Amino acid sequence: MNTSTRSLLLEINSLQTWFDTRAGTVKAVDGVDLTLARGEILGLVGESGSGKSVMGYSIMRLIDLPGRIVGGSIKFYGEGTQNEDLVNATSDRMRRLRGSHIAMIFQDPMMSLNPVLRIDTQMIEAIQAHAKVSNKVARDRARDMLGKVGIPSPEERLQAYPHQFSGGMRQRVAIATAMLNKPELIIADEPTTALDVTVQAQILYEVRKLCRESGTALIWITHDIALISGLADRIAVMYAGRVVETGLVRDVIAAPRHPYTAGLMGSVPSNNPRGKPLRQIPGMTPSLSNLPKGCAFAPRCERATVTCQQVPQESPVGAEHKVRCFHPIESIPAQSRHDRIKV
Amino acid sequence: MTASKSEALLELQGISKRFVQRADVAEKLTAKLTGNGKGADRVVHAVDHVDLAIRRGEVVGLVGESGCGKSTLGRVITGIHPSTEGVMRWKGKTESEMTGEERHAMRLAVQMIFQDPMSSLNPRKQVRDIIGEAPLAHGLIKKDDIDSYVEQVMQRVGLDPTYKMRYPHQFSGGQRARIGIARALAVQPEFLVCDESVAALDVSIQAQVINLFMKLCHELNLTFLFISHDLGVVQHISDRVVIMYLGRVVEVAPTEELFKAPNHPYTKGLLSEIPRIATQPREFVPIKGEIPSPLHPPSGCHFHPRCPYAMDRCKTERPVLKQIGTNRWSACHLNDADNKPAGNA
Repeated sequence: MNTSTRSLLLEINSLQTWFDTRAGTVKAVDGVDLTLARGEILGLVGESGSGKSVMGYSIMRLIDLPGRIVGGSIKFYGEGTQNEDLVNATSDRMRRLRGSHIAMIFQDPMMSLNPVLRIDTQMIEAIQAHAKVSNKVARDRARDMLGKVGIPSPEERLQAYPHQFSGGMRQRVAIATAMLNKPELIIADEPTTALDVTVQAQILYEVRKLCRESGTALIWITHDIALISGLADRIAVMYAGRVVETGLVRDVIAAPRHPYTAGLMGSVPSNNPRGKPLRQIPGMTPSLSNLPKGCAFAPRCERATVTCQQVPQESPVGAEHKVRCFHPIESIPAQSRHDRIKV
Repeated sequence: MTASKSEALLELQGISKRFVQRADVAEKLTAKLTGNGKGADRVVHAVDHVDLAIRRGEVVGLVGESGCGKSTLGRVITGIHPSTEGVMRWKGKTESEMTGEERHAMRLAVQMIFQDPMSSLNPRKQVRDIIGEAPLAHGLIKKDDIDSYVEQVMQRVGLDPTYKMRYPHQFSGGQRARIGIARALAVQPEFLVCDESVAALDVSIQAQVINLFMKLCHELNLTFLFISHDLGVVQHISDRVVIMYLGRVVEVAPTEELFKAPNHPYTKGLLSEIPRIATQPREFVPIKGEIPSPLHPPSGCHFHPRCPYAMDRCKTERPVLKQIGTNRWSACHLNDADNKPAGNA
């Protein structure tokens, strides 16, 4: 699980993705550093408007005008690719990478599946776009993959249209399609948010199993810190376009150092005594076009001081545990916290 | 179902709601010609014989997967859908026993807060009119008092009264949720049905809105039916939890007891799947399969195709909701003494 012992797959350095709007420049992603090792599962956590989805789209280079990547680099060390910077890759090159080396699972599978094409057509197309194989071989591969994500009687289901599937099944088809070409990296943008808890648990279970088996790295973008804590190896918490805390799940969850991470975990109902008011973060997420100076969290933070009017830099607080805060939470109320956390 | 009848603010007895799609002429004709049975009307049993009693001041959580009929039940209670079958009593009286005036008072006293504030708030109306319209129409306030009344309600739900001339799109998601709550509160209700009211909100905003609900509950002595699929939220705010599966109530229990010792196999499965804060990758033990279509529900116990303890009897006989302890009900054949398998205490 350790980044240093495994070979690096993705290295993002001070990435900036901005949107020019009439109301001013919206800095959706503003100086994000992230690394990802082969086969690692990273949870990218943040509330709406924190820039977590734009991060995913930036890696896929799916940012449309008025958005653009204005700075930074996304180094991708894929198989057969040497030290490639995705920011400068040609659109032709990106087309070959997407779907074969890097795949994405979107939140709403009804939007990513074509409603007028049968599942087999769409899946075979995805295979043949990257490999010269016969229809028969491609079809068999599609069928096997559907079976692997837990779709019953895949042979028959191949001939169905997306609307004939339930929401959970549709998301499984989307996941199967993403895994068809054995990508090295999958970016999943809130894929279980619209699903029931029972279905969500099934899908989490399948995805993690598949990633472990095939050695695929996974970036799971979510707003649900409780969900990701049981899935990921490492976690990165985003707030207003910046990663404010990153580290191994057991470090970050057991002892969050950034006040925002601590606040986020405090507001999860199951982390609070029943019937008592929930601990809440005052105020609301700032508008990205009008960010407060310095640390964007400072106006909502009880630890903020004058120093916080400058932008805090990422500083290590433990092995692989980094935090972007001038006043990180130091002491851990060790015993009480561990009592509450149900492992 | 709980305590004595006189205590119940709202009581449901055998409430059912069926949605029927009549077979059209072509379908009837083909059915006649080919001789297969597809010419029959299609019936969805959205709510199937639900008994429930809610006491004054109680917060009841109604939990289930999508398609289990929990929203439909909420809508039946608020009178948006008439029930197909069954009796609903408000303060001990059925609707037919009430005078017109009493019926009107009941409709005002039961209010609903919807899931998506963007689709339940009129985008062309100012907040002042959204909140002030209903109390004015029902004669609760005079026209001159609208402004002061709206300001008072807005303050109560934590909205800045200076925003009263704004339109819904000028607010954030959390504020819109508060407007929805303010609108429901404006007619001074006694009973609120909250249909997934916090589901679309971010965790930190969700915490603020949940705190608001709990504050209101204390201040105004409101009774809540809190419909949600999020067991974490329900566990936090409810006194009692009702679990629904495919139109039927499968378990009713006080919150603490339910989370400590769930009785019904479906409840057990649901509880094991709540995402909990964990410091290491946890194992998922998913319930197999998906919720079946309510068009063709399984025979007997609706849960039997997914149930790890299913017996032959479950396939044929519908389990009734039986009392299994103080204030606890469960609809499962396993609770019958002769069917108790080893290890299922």
